[in-house]
Amino acid sequence: MADELLRLGLHDLHVSLGGKMVPFAGYEMPVQYPAGVMKEHLHTRAAAGLFDVSHMGQVILRPKPGMEALALALEALMPVDVLGLAPGRQRYGLLLTPAGGIIDDLMFANRGDHFLFVVNASRKAVDIAHLTEKLAGAAEVVPVTDRALLALQGPQAEAALAAHVPVAAMRFMDVAVLPSAFGELWISRSGYTGEDGFEISVPAARAEALARALLADERVLPVGLGARDSLRLEAGLCLYGHDMDETVAPVEAGLGWAIPKLRRSGGARAAGFPGWESVLGDFEGHLHETIVGLRPEGRAPMREETHIYDGDRFVGKVTSGGFGPSVGAPIAMARLKVDVTAPGTQLTGEVRGKRLPVTVCKLPFHPTSYKR
Amino acid sequence: MKYTKEHEWLRVEGDLVVVGITEHAATALGDVVFVELPEPETMVSAGDEVCVIESVKAASDILAPVDGEIVAVNEALVDTPALVNEDPLGAAWFFKMKLDDLSVLDDLMDEDEYNEMIG
Repeated sequence: MADELLRLGLHDLHVSLGGKMVPFAGYEMPVQYPAGVMKEHLHTRAAAGLFDVSHMGQVILRPKPGMEALALALEALMPVDVLGLAPGRQRYGLLLTPAGGIIDDLMFANRGDHFLFVVNASRKAVDIAHLTEKLAGAAEVVPVTDRALLALQGPQAEAALAAHVPVAAMRFMDVAVLPSAFGELWISRSGYTGEDGFEISVPAARAEALARALLADERVLPVGLGARDSLRLEAGLCLYGHDMDETVAPVEAGLGWAIPKLRRSGGARAAGFPGWESVLGDFEGHLHETIVGLRPEGRAPMREETHIYDGDRFVGKVTSGGFGPSVGAPIAMARLKVDVTAPGTQLTGEVRGKRLPVTVCKLPFHPTSYKR
Repeated sequence: MKYTKEHEWLRVEGDLVVVGITEHAATALGDVVFVELPEPETMVSAGDEVCVIESVKAASDILAPVDGEIVAVNEALVDTPALVNEDPLGAAWFFKMKLDDLSVLDDLMDEDEYNEMIG
C-alpha cells in the first residue's frame, strides 16, 4: 500500500483558489474553498458549482467479439439493462459480489463501439481487477489515465458550459463527444448533486484551462468535497463506503429502483447476475432492512453510525448524516428494520447519550431538477 | 483578553469571565449549524467538555478553560448557531464563569502568544 497521497492534475489550481486540501480516497482533495461548505452548497443549487472529480476512475471497455456480447457479459455482472442502452446514453449500474453485495456503484455509457465506465475513486482498483477478470473473453478493460474529470452542476450549468460547447440539446443521462478549444470533451448530462448539470472528461493537459474558463464565468463557483457530500445527501443519493458496501445488497441500500423489471422475476432477462436469488428475494418480502430518510426534530445533526431506536428496540444506524443547507435542518439516511421504514414513523436517535426524536421520511430531502 | 491552546478566548467582565472561541477556530470549524450549551449553575473543572459545536463538517467540543461555576449561557447561539462564524469574539460568547481566583488567568496566553501559536 502506498501511504503517499496522490495529487490531482489540478492540485495547483485548487491551492491557488484557496482550497483546503484533505486526504480522500488516497488523493489530496479540496474539501472547501474560502466561500465555505454552506455557500458552496447554496450557490450550486442557485447558479452553478464546479467540482474536480478527477479522482474517480474512467475506464473504457472495448468489446472483443462485439458490443452485444459485451452487453450480455455485463448483464451477468450487474442487475441492470445493458443491452437496451442506446448509443449516446448513460445508465447507473452496480457491480455485485456472488452474495449480491455491492462491489461498487457506477455510471456506464454506450459510446457506440465501446462502453465508458465512471467508478468511485476508492473502488477503482477493485473494479478494474474485477472487470478484467470477469470480462476476459468479452472486453479489453482500459483505464483512462490521461484525462481529468470535472463536474459542473446547478441551474446555470448549461448556460455556463454552452459558452464553450453545444450542450443545450443534451438530456439527462445523454453522453456526447464534442470537440472544443480544450480538446475533445467527453460530456455526460449527469452528476451527483440532484441538480441538472454535466460531467466533463477533458485531456489532462487542457483541464486547467477549461476549469479557469468555466470559473471566469461569474455564475460558477469552485465547490469542494464538503458541499459535494451535503448536496448528494439532500438528493438522497447513496455514497459508497457509507450507505453501501460489499455486505449490503441493492434493495437494502434503497437501490431497488436501479434494477429494472426486465431483470426482476418474470422479466425477459430476469436474474442471471451475481447473488440474484437473494437480491430478487428482497423484492418479494424477504427484505430485512433498507435505507430511508430521517428528519431529526431538533437542530442536532445525526452523523454516520448514530444508533436509531423504536422505543427500546435498536432498529439500525445512520449511514450518512449531517446538515442540509438547502433544507435548513439536519438530515440523515439510515438503514433500518423494514417494519419501521414507513414515512412518518417516529423513532429516536442517540446523540451523545440522549435519545432525540426523528421522523422517517421519503428521499430525496430536496427535489431533484434533472433535465429529462 | 486571554487565550487557551484549545482556541478559546476569555475576557474578564466585572467578577465574571466570559468565554468564546477565536476567529481562527471559527474559521477552521466552518459553518456552525448547532450549538449545545451547558446548564447554568454547573460547577466545572478545567478540561471538562461543556459545549458541543457542530459545523456542516463535523462535531467538536468546547472544554472548560479553568475551574469554576458556569453562571450564564448564551441562548442566542442555540437559535442562531451562525453567530459563531459571524461574530466569534462578540455576540457569539458561549458562557460566563465565576472563578474563585481570577489570577489563574495569568497562566493563559496573551494575544501575542496565541497569534504566535496559530502562526
